[in-house]
Amino acid sequence: MEIFTADNVTFMLQGLVNTIVIAAASIVLSILVGTVLALVKTYCTGKLRPLAWLVSAYIELFRCTPNLLWILIFRFTLKGSGVAISIAVFTTFTSAVMAEIVRGGLNAIPRGQFEAARSQGFGFFGMMWHIVLPQAFRHIVPALFSQCTTVIKDTSYLRGIDVHEFMRNSAVVMGQAVTLPQILLLYGFVFLTYFVLNFCISLAVRAYQRRLVAA
Amino acid sequence: MNGLFSARRWSVTLADSAALWQGFFFTLQVSLAGLAVALVVGTIFGTFSTTRSRILRGIARVYVEIYQNTPVVVQVFFMYTAGPQVIKAITGAQTITRIAPFVLGVVGVGLYHAAYVAEVIRTGIEAIPRGQMEAAQSQGFSRVQAYRYIILPQTLRIILPPLANQALNLVKNTSVLALIAGGDLMYQADVIVSQTGYLQGYILCCVMYFIICFPLAMLVSWLERRAKEPGGRAGGARGEKDAGGAGAAPGTTKGEVA
Repeated sequence: MEIFTADNVTFMLQGLVNTIVIAAASIVLSILVGTVLALVKTYCTGKLRPLAWLVSAYIELFRCTPNLLWILIFRFTLKGSGVAISIAVFTTFTSAVMAEIVRGGLNAIPRGQFEAARSQGFGFFGMMWHIVLPQAFRHIVPALFSQCTTVIKDTSYLRGIDVHEFMRNSAVVMGQAVTLPQILLLYGFVFLTYFVLNFCISLAVRAYQRRLVAA
Repeated sequence: MNGLFSARRWSVTLADSAALWQGFFFTLQVSLAGLAVALVVGTIFGTFSTTRSRILRGIARVYVEIYQNTPVVVQVFFMYTAGPQVIKAITGAQTITRIAPFVLGVVGVGLYHAAYVAEVIRTGIEAIPRGQMEAAQSQGFSRVQAYRYIILPQTLRIILPPLANQALNLVKNTSVLALIAGGDLMYQADVIVSQTGYLQGYILCCVMYFIICFPLAMLVSWLERRAKEPGGRAGGARGEKDAGGAGAAPGTTKGEVA
């Protein structure tokens, strides 16, 4: 029996579209949330210290527990479409990682930049927006991109809650594969698709790093 | 969220917690064995990519790229589905033998993280100046001896923090076994929650993962702090990058998360 029929391929590619939508949306959202978390953790001192502690607790909680656990918890507690829940849960735990990445970028900025900004009359938010964050983000582009590949790969965990992403849809098609060559071909296709997607991202990172060195 | 503090729900879940502890120790065993595989295989490929042989470097490159750019879930499912058939085709056996979840977990997670370990080892070795190797060889060390006595000890200081981080991620990724009914902690929690219908099973499971992972996270922070202390090679040279500016907390992570 033929496996790569038009129907099957379309079905798997629909899953791939969902995978990309989920990954892209949660990456963008978690960069936003992560940046806020990083700012709170780094600059909330004095009376606002407890906020920084709260953020630290948030980061440690998601750093020390598997993503699949949170995927299952969100499925169990929230109602809504699979894609919406997926974006919510991926944003939740990826934000914790993004916060640490952004914090690394913030810490790489020399003290003089802050003093210079202050001396020019920038307030805290003006300084962050115009001086500090742009430089911090330039430092962390490679880490951000490698986190993108991590998110894309981890969407395959969503198979556990039957969201119609690439891995799950391919697994459904896999149900039709009987002979070993069919199974191998199908897995080859799945591996290759993930590989091309992620490898393009790592190539982009490398190109960026070369440009950075050349500059 | 109501019922989160219900004593009855907690007591029902706690009554089943024996299965959870069973999963806890299973996850622990898979993690330890997987870590051993990751370290051994990763060190081999990491050393490969620093040798002068083009073939060895190529092999290491291909391994790392394939494993880092495809999901561990797909890798484990591949072994789960196709593995027994491949074994059957190779050995010519009459019946299909299933691969035990323990083996799937150890090999799956181990080989996946080996790719990351290899990259850590490679960067660690490359961070040591070439002069060290030349000096060692001029003193009569063979290449292997130089690696063993000169290069590796210095490398350790650089690579231990990211290695511990890999161990942490490895423990988390063993949860992939839950997707193939592997009997690990995540799977047991899922079974309990679907039997009782209460969230409490997941919360207990969360605590148990935390018991394993939080010490590892602390270890990562400690190793990072230690690697930064003066006396290490990373010490003096880059004063302007001193993280002290802006009142930042010490121990910045580089954001290298698998």
